[in-house]
Amino acid sequence: MSERFIYLDHNATTPLHPEVKKSIGEMLEIYGNPSSLHSAGRTAHQKIEQARETIANFIGAASDEVIFVGSGSEANNTVLNSLSCSSQVCRLERKQRDAIITTQIEHPCIMETSKCLRERGFPIHYLPVDSTGKVNLVKLKELLNDKTALVSVMYANNEIGTIQDIKSIVEIVHDGGAFFHTDAVQAVGKIPVNVKDLDIDFMTLSAHKIYGPKGIGALYVKRGTPFCPMIRGGHQERGRRAGTENTIGIVSFAKAIEMRQQEMYDEAKRLRHFRKILIDGIKNNIPDVQFNGHPTDVLPGTLNVSFAGAEGESILLYLDLEGIGVSTGSACASGSLDPSHVILATGIGAELAHGSIRISMGRENTLNDIRYTISALQRVIQRVRDMSTNYQRKTT
Amino acid sequence: MSDQFNWLYTDIVKDHFMNPRNILKDEEDFAADGNGITGNIKCGDQMQFLIQVDKQKNIIKDCRWRTYGCASAIASTSVLSEMIKGMKLDEAYRLTPKDIIKNLGSLPEHKIHCSVLGDKALRAAIDDYYRRNDMTDKIRRESAHVICQCMNVTDHEIEEAVLDGARTYLELQERTKLGTVCGQCEEEATELLNKYIDEHFGGNLKLL
Repeated sequence: MSERFIYLDHNATTPLHPEVKKSIGEMLEIYGNPSSLHSAGRTAHQKIEQARETIANFIGAASDEVIFVGSGSEANNTVLNSLSCSSQVCRLERKQRDAIITTQIEHPCIMETSKCLRERGFPIHYLPVDSTGKVNLVKLKELLNDKTALVSVMYANNEIGTIQDIKSIVEIVHDGGAFFHTDAVQAVGKIPVNVKDLDIDFMTLSAHKIYGPKGIGALYVKRGTPFCPMIRGGHQERGRRAGTENTIGIVSFAKAIEMRQQEMYDEAKRLRHFRKILIDGIKNNIPDVQFNGHPTDVLPGTLNVSFAGAEGESILLYLDLEGIGVSTGSACASGSLDPSHVILATGIGAELAHGSIRISMGRENTLNDIRYTISALQRVIQRVRDMSTNYQRKTT
Repeated sequence: MSDQFNWLYTDIVKDHFMNPRNILKDEEDFAADGNGITGNIKCGDQMQFLIQVDKQKNIIKDCRWRTYGCASAIASTSVLSEMIKGMKLDEAYRLTPKDIIKNLGSLPEHKIHCSVLGDKALRAAIDDYYRRNDMTDKIRRESAHVICQCMNVTDHEIEEAVLDGARTYLELQERTKLGTVCGQCEEEATELLNKYIDEHFGGNLKLL
């Protein structure tokens, strides 16, 4: 058992950066309503606008293109739902387009919202991906027509880490006259992302995936892009998202981004190195494994691996007893009977999907953590396979 | 170290998960009088159960099992394997997930589905024993068909519930607990509900 808990689930959420903790402590004194005209209000307002600028700069946007929201899920819901607005204004802006193209590997908040839109009569298409998790661009061109309002493609996948060719996708989408949205909560702060270079129309961001607090996200909306607020009833965020601002969350989000700016590049290098050690360690010590996702276009700290004959939830909980926290695409961990839709979309069989483990590393992980994880995995996989009905044992 | 954290399940579940009892080991030569397997890898779980029977007394002497399954499947089957040693075949045959869960303390509701594998595999092993020993009359009527896999509710029980007054899916759920876990059986159960209502009360209802 390790001395401390080895957290390898950074794609689920991250611990607060020490600087963010400090910032939260300081912000506890800032109580004014940013809409108030007195000095307490103006102080809060100023902090929020500074934060907006920090975040906008980081992604290559202008300040007025960044809207603070309650979560990444809220941002994704807002973009997709704005299509269903039946007001004359929104309809004119959409020019009779009402179809959405998204992918088979999106986060549940895109999957569920698009399903709901489909039930309300909007045509929705789900793009397939190849075995590495890359979106099929030929299929995208085929599906795209003068009815397509929006194409939404996740920047980097939360489960397998595959990074999409966003630049090529945006070109295709804009050629077809549609708008482009990307859920970039796993990408921003881990790899360089610039909305101007890529000409993105909408982009979703979240603080808690990059050492910021939970409950705060942001939505980038390019100037001049039609937009319909999901939460109405206030002039906050220039009328685009009502509700008194989460001042502490917003400022801490900006602090997290500031720290990413400083640490991201060195950290990516370090995590890529760890990732390689993990792959080699697993390959050399555990038979019958398969690595999922793209070999090179992948988040630096994300490794998804399937173990034949071993069920994922058991692996996860035995690793927990060894002091290691990971996640799994197994059905049993989710409470449904279906394994991860992402892993299945890459075309690997249900059995390997049930036996998949996601290791997502972060800034506090050390080389020793990785070495310990390799040895713990050897023990755990051996143990689970020993009691498996479904592992072909090698006879010696 | 992890003990400081809230573990997902009760202490008993954890103990059985960490030290599963009566696992079939590769190297051991376990001569089984009955061998049953159930479940489906596609759904993420499979269970094999082997029993040795005292043929004079019709008692389970010893047992082994192995699984491709989650922590709840491992823990519940481990508990089951301890419960049935020395138990009469008839009695073991009637064990339900409820009996196992009682011995486990408790399980989170969404994990109950996983814990039914053990008793199903055990029944398959006993059926196998009956078949090998010319006792096929003891095999539970084939027509009894499990509709709700999670709560192990059969079509017979749905019929009984209808005879007992259930007229809606909700009433059926209240009486049998069917469809309260994963909910996949709703369609099939509703069809059967209507079929039995029609069979037993069809004429009267139509009069109303």
